[in-house]
Amino acid sequence: MSTTIFQKPKGLTDTRMHYCPGCGHGIVHRIIAECIDEMNEIDNTIICAPVGCAVFIPKYFKYDSIHCAHGRAPATGTGIKRVHPDKTVITYQGDGDLASIGMAEIVHAAARGEKITTIFINNGIYGMTGGQMAPTTLPGMRATTSQAGRDVERNGNPIRVSELLSTLDGPAYIERVAVDTPAHVIKAKKAIKKALEYQKANKGFTMVEVVSSCPTNWGLSATKAMEFVGEKMIPYYPLGVYKDVEEGK
Amino acid sequence: MAKIIMKGNEAVAKAAIIAGCRYFFGYPITPQNEVPEYLSRELFAAGGTFVQAESEVAAINMVYGAGGSGARVMTSSSSPGIALKQEGIGYCVAGEVPCVIVSMMRGGPGLGTIQPSQSDYNQATRGGANGDYHIPVLAPGSVQEAVDDVKEAFEIADCYRTPVIVVADGLIGQMMEPVELENPVKTRDISPKEAWALGYGTREKQNSIENLVIDSPACEAKNIRFFKEKYSEIEENEVKYEEYMMDDAEYAFVAYGTTSRIVKNSVNELREKGYKIGLIKPRTLWPFPQVPFKNKNIKKFVVVEMSMGQMVIDVELAVGDRDKVTFYGRCGGIIPTPEECADYAEKVMGGAK
Repeated sequence: MSTTIFQKPKGLTDTRMHYCPGCGHGIVHRIIAECIDEMNEIDNTIICAPVGCAVFIPKYFKYDSIHCAHGRAPATGTGIKRVHPDKTVITYQGDGDLASIGMAEIVHAAARGEKITTIFINNGIYGMTGGQMAPTTLPGMRATTSQAGRDVERNGNPIRVSELLSTLDGPAYIERVAVDTPAHVIKAKKAIKKALEYQKANKGFTMVEVVSSCPTNWGLSATKAMEFVGEKMIPYYPLGVYKDVEEGK
Repeated sequence: MAKIIMKGNEAVAKAAIIAGCRYFFGYPITPQNEVPEYLSRELFAAGGTFVQAESEVAAINMVYGAGGSGARVMTSSSSPGIALKQEGIGYCVAGEVPCVIVSMMRGGPGLGTIQPSQSDYNQATRGGANGDYHIPVLAPGSVQEAVDDVKEAFEIADCYRTPVIVVADGLIGQMMEPVELENPVKTRDISPKEAWALGYGTREKQNSIENLVIDSPACEAKNIRFFKEKYSEIEENEVKYEEYMMDDAEYAFVAYGTTSRIVKNSVNELREKGYKIGLIKPRTLWPFPQVPFKNKNIKKFVVVEMSMGQMVIDVELAVGDRDKVTFYGRCGGIIPTPEECADYAEKVMGGAK
């Protein structure tokens, strides 16, 4: 007699993902699918795809989905959630999408306490367009538009989004996690599950920032990219819970 | 039902509720503020939702989400605000999301003036979003027509799954007139939400509002489908225009919206003097009426707009002879008088009675 101990989540399609080896998107997609499976919400979830590497999200999930304009997923998610207050609405956004062109939309969706869950992938670079500087690119980090490394005098400073949004009253839950180690992946799943459960319970806006990797545009191997997350990214973007209304935080 | 007196903007808002619109997303801008103000008060009472968005950009993207979810949804704005909405309008086009956009035009370019204008004809009919597309554009010339058009706009939007623009100006928005709110609307076939809208799919067949068509042949095929099926059908079914004193006319004013009612007075004035002049009033700006411009009795088409001349291009295309088309316009928030339009036409006609 055999026992299944590991299988693909039911909410993922059979489409082969296009992500590069060592990229965090695949891991986070799986985490989302596992959480939605466990919550029995496959037929009740709507996911808002960003502009960026995750633009192909509609092909990967068995949920209703929409391609959002660059940065506008929180606004589009607002429109969807207001029509479908009983659905689970997820926006999935990268750092250029959310923290640059979409900064107004994310701040105001959070301030309004829109009952959506934003999954924010922070890998410090524009992936899809080929490695340009992101609002979260670390000081000194190379990008195709900061070729000598980000010079904060010239290019300004990175933005810590979780800290920034946690000053608002609208969010119910904000946590920054990472997916560079198995232990961090387990914590990331707990955070995403909690965020989705808070949404189900109508507690308010929820966001999980995932510090992730981009080996291709960082110019690192898959393994080295994961090490970079732990050594460089996490010290600048400390992991932890920044807002939790249930904990009085 | 008896007529009541309403301000244009509030009548537009009320018409939306009557049409079944329960979602409105907008941002303040003069001269359309009474639309969001009215709906912020009345929509919740009607069981709907109003959100004052952080920007016009956010508002139209909320519309994209709500319309994509199968709800009747509207936004309204004025010229610079409509400029900001263009990106989202393009996404609604590509995603085939029904929605209604009310544009209360004011003088531009840039911040311009808050006074009425028709200088956003091109913005409405040509659009500022990227790609090949058309959007049905309805042009009311009174508060009554604004009410009727808003109700019809929702039908057209749902039937063809497209954004529809109702383009008026600050004068119609700010003016009070008697209106009949309950005029019947021509209903159209509407595809069931289960077939396409968010929240109605299943894990076996998901509904997806798609904008990315990365594969070039598929992207071209989508464009061809829009033009060959959707747009040609709209051109066939949705053209609207009115004619006034055109039966024996040898000259014709061409005007829409506010200028059409001004020019109607010019026609009356000139008729009293014995001139055989009438008025062609396009009620849809896209699709633009073609038939009235094939009238061989007309020696000159006198186009009047509150702009430097935008619709005039469509009139020239429809007439097919630029020499037969002439233009008079005021802009920057200046509203022409019936007398000055008549004076101009009289010069064009050169005393030919």
